[in-house]
Amino acid sequence: MTPRFRPRAAWPALGIAALIVFNAASDLRTGGPGLIGPGAFLHLAIRDGIPSGPLIDVLNYGATFMILAIGMTPVVATRGIDLSVGSIMAIAAAVAAVLSVGGQPPPVSIAAALGAAVVCGLWNGAMVSGIGLQPFVATLVLMVAGRGIAQLITDSQIITFHDPALEYIGLGRPRWLPLPFPFLIAVGLVGVTALLVRKTALGLLLEAVGGNPPAAQLAGVRSRRIIALTYGFSGLCAGIAGLIAAANIKAADPFNAGRNLELAAIFAVVVGGTPLTGGRMSLAGAAVGGLLMQTLTTTMYARNVGADTAPLPEALVILVVALVGAPRAAAWARQRWAR
Amino acid sequence: MNRRFRRPQASTTVAAGILVLLIGLGAIRFEHFASFGNLANLVGDYAFVGVAAVGATFVILSGGVDLSVGSLVAFTAVAIAVLVDHGWHPLAAATAAFGFGTLAGAVIGMLVWWFDLPPFLMTLIAMFAFRAGGFLLSSQATPIMHPFMAQLSSGYQVSVGGTIIPARSLIFLAFAGAGALTLARTRFGRQVCAVGGSRRSAAVMGVGVGPTLVGIYSLAGAASALAGVVFAFGKQAGDPTAAGGLELTVIAAVVIGGTLLSGGVGSVLGTGLGVLILGAIRLLIDFQGDLNPAWTSIATGLLLLGFVLLQKLLGRLRGPAASPST
Repeated sequence: MTPRFRPRAAWPALGIAALIVFNAASDLRTGGPGLIGPGAFLHLAIRDGIPSGPLIDVLNYGATFMILAIGMTPVVATRGIDLSVGSIMAIAAAVAAVLSVGGQPPPVSIAAALGAAVVCGLWNGAMVSGIGLQPFVATLVLMVAGRGIAQLITDSQIITFHDPALEYIGLGRPRWLPLPFPFLIAVGLVGVTALLVRKTALGLLLEAVGGNPPAAQLAGVRSRRIIALTYGFSGLCAGIAGLIAAANIKAADPFNAGRNLELAAIFAVVVGGTPLTGGRMSLAGAAVGGLLMQTLTTTMYARNVGADTAPLPEALVILVVALVGAPRAAAWARQRWAR
Repeated sequence: MNRRFRRPQASTTVAAGILVLLIGLGAIRFEHFASFGNLANLVGDYAFVGVAAVGATFVILSGGVDLSVGSLVAFTAVAIAVLVDHGWHPLAAATAAFGFGTLAGAVIGMLVWWFDLPPFLMTLIAMFAFRAGGFLLSSQATPIMHPFMAQLSSGYQVSVGGTIIPARSLIFLAFAGAGALTLARTRFGRQVCAVGGSRRSAAVMGVGVGPTLVGIYSLAGAASALAGVVFAFGKQAGDPTAAGGLELTVIAAVVIGGTLLSGGVGSVLGTGLGVLILGAIRLLIDFQGDLNPAWTSIATGLLLLGFVLLQKLLGRLRGPAASPST
């Protein structure tokens, strides 16, 4: 199979462009802040060589969505789903915070947090590929029980920590490229994963397992091992996202860390061109989809929609995208076209 | 036929055994655990879970899943509180909320039917929309203040041997009974099982798959809304953050009660038992006192897992043909 150029990232990128134009247009109305004035969506302030503004916010907070979406993509490509990413974030954050407060050096607490996240992911993988549970059931168990586990780790407290190295993961701005460190992590993760998937046989195997599981099995693909690994990878990504979320607020909140991010991550994957029916995947598309999700959220905040009510318009947008992208809708559109 | 009747019975028996075991364990450890009053409280406290779980049983029987339960309960409760705040009578507000839940369920059913998208995705979107919708109506918990509420807490209850049984327990029991009858004795009930067993076979047999799906999700929406009514009248308040994670509790109750997550086989009676099992676990953890409440969600998750594994095992014992692996 020769690799073709399939620009799946184009659709979410177009969505981001549309949202930016929408914001700029409403900033330009009379009495508004103007195109790039303070308070405008396109406003960029540079303080001490570090840029800030709504667009930088999108990169900063969008990194969490990007990373979750990158982790979720191989899972969805093999016809799975991971509802537990939010809870795994909470667990990773709790482990890092408890160890850090307990006096462990940052490498130890970071490694332990990511290790715990991978173990959670592999547990999901074992349930799905070893025992044969439906993916949404297996991960739903960890979605609810995992939050309980995170609460046990922190003894139902919000644990604050002071650890410059740990905080840098979320708040850092490297001097050589003064962009939010979480965004750089996300970009690096896309690069490494894309190399792994497209320059080795891994991508082919993933799409084979998702495209036609029995055929892949008969062709000698070790489907079970590959499926288990996708959940482990999703767990790892959720762990990284959990560390970023904790570092952003310098605390581990077992109740709210990663809450309600599952749908956003799934949306980012789907809008990025990886269908829920599996068999195809686009990592770059998922990453840009994650940014689109954050652009949408930041747009809500810019239009004074609160954090609690923002999911309502977001859910409507996701619904429309899901309906338009449904195979049934595509078949219907083809029929009209042919007439 | 054989399959439809035998498997739920085996699973329902296991569930009943576990419930007796849990209550026995509590009776041995704690003095007043197994008293009639305490157990009646258990039924009352879990009435809203039970009502929602009866609706979810139909969804899961059809091979779907409803993740919007918890947020629809919270939304309904907030809607009632806000409407009463605007001068509505609580019963009128409850009726309006009930109608909204049924309608919302019907819309979800139609989307699942027309667009053939996975139910978990549609109901996940609904989950977010209802949760945010609740916050839109009221960002804080709103008390329901109306003379009717005082009447409700004193008037609408039955006394059995000196123990007060609140109206919500009766609603739970009546709703579960009606659900069990609907499933076992009506055409709709058989159509639900047929659609869950195999959508294609059901369609070939002449079952109207689409209308059945709309009926199922309307019923689930109505059940969640009724659960919200029970919840709001019990707490006498509407809180937009309430009932988080209820969807897993409900799914766990349904699965523990012997309904297959793959659809086609199940029982409403079993779901009722499943709800009481989860309630008994919560009660045990509360009685123990020194346990972190987080254990409730962990125990729920583990129990759900245990029963899904049990189903797998039972399915495998019946022969590989009965349990397709993908």
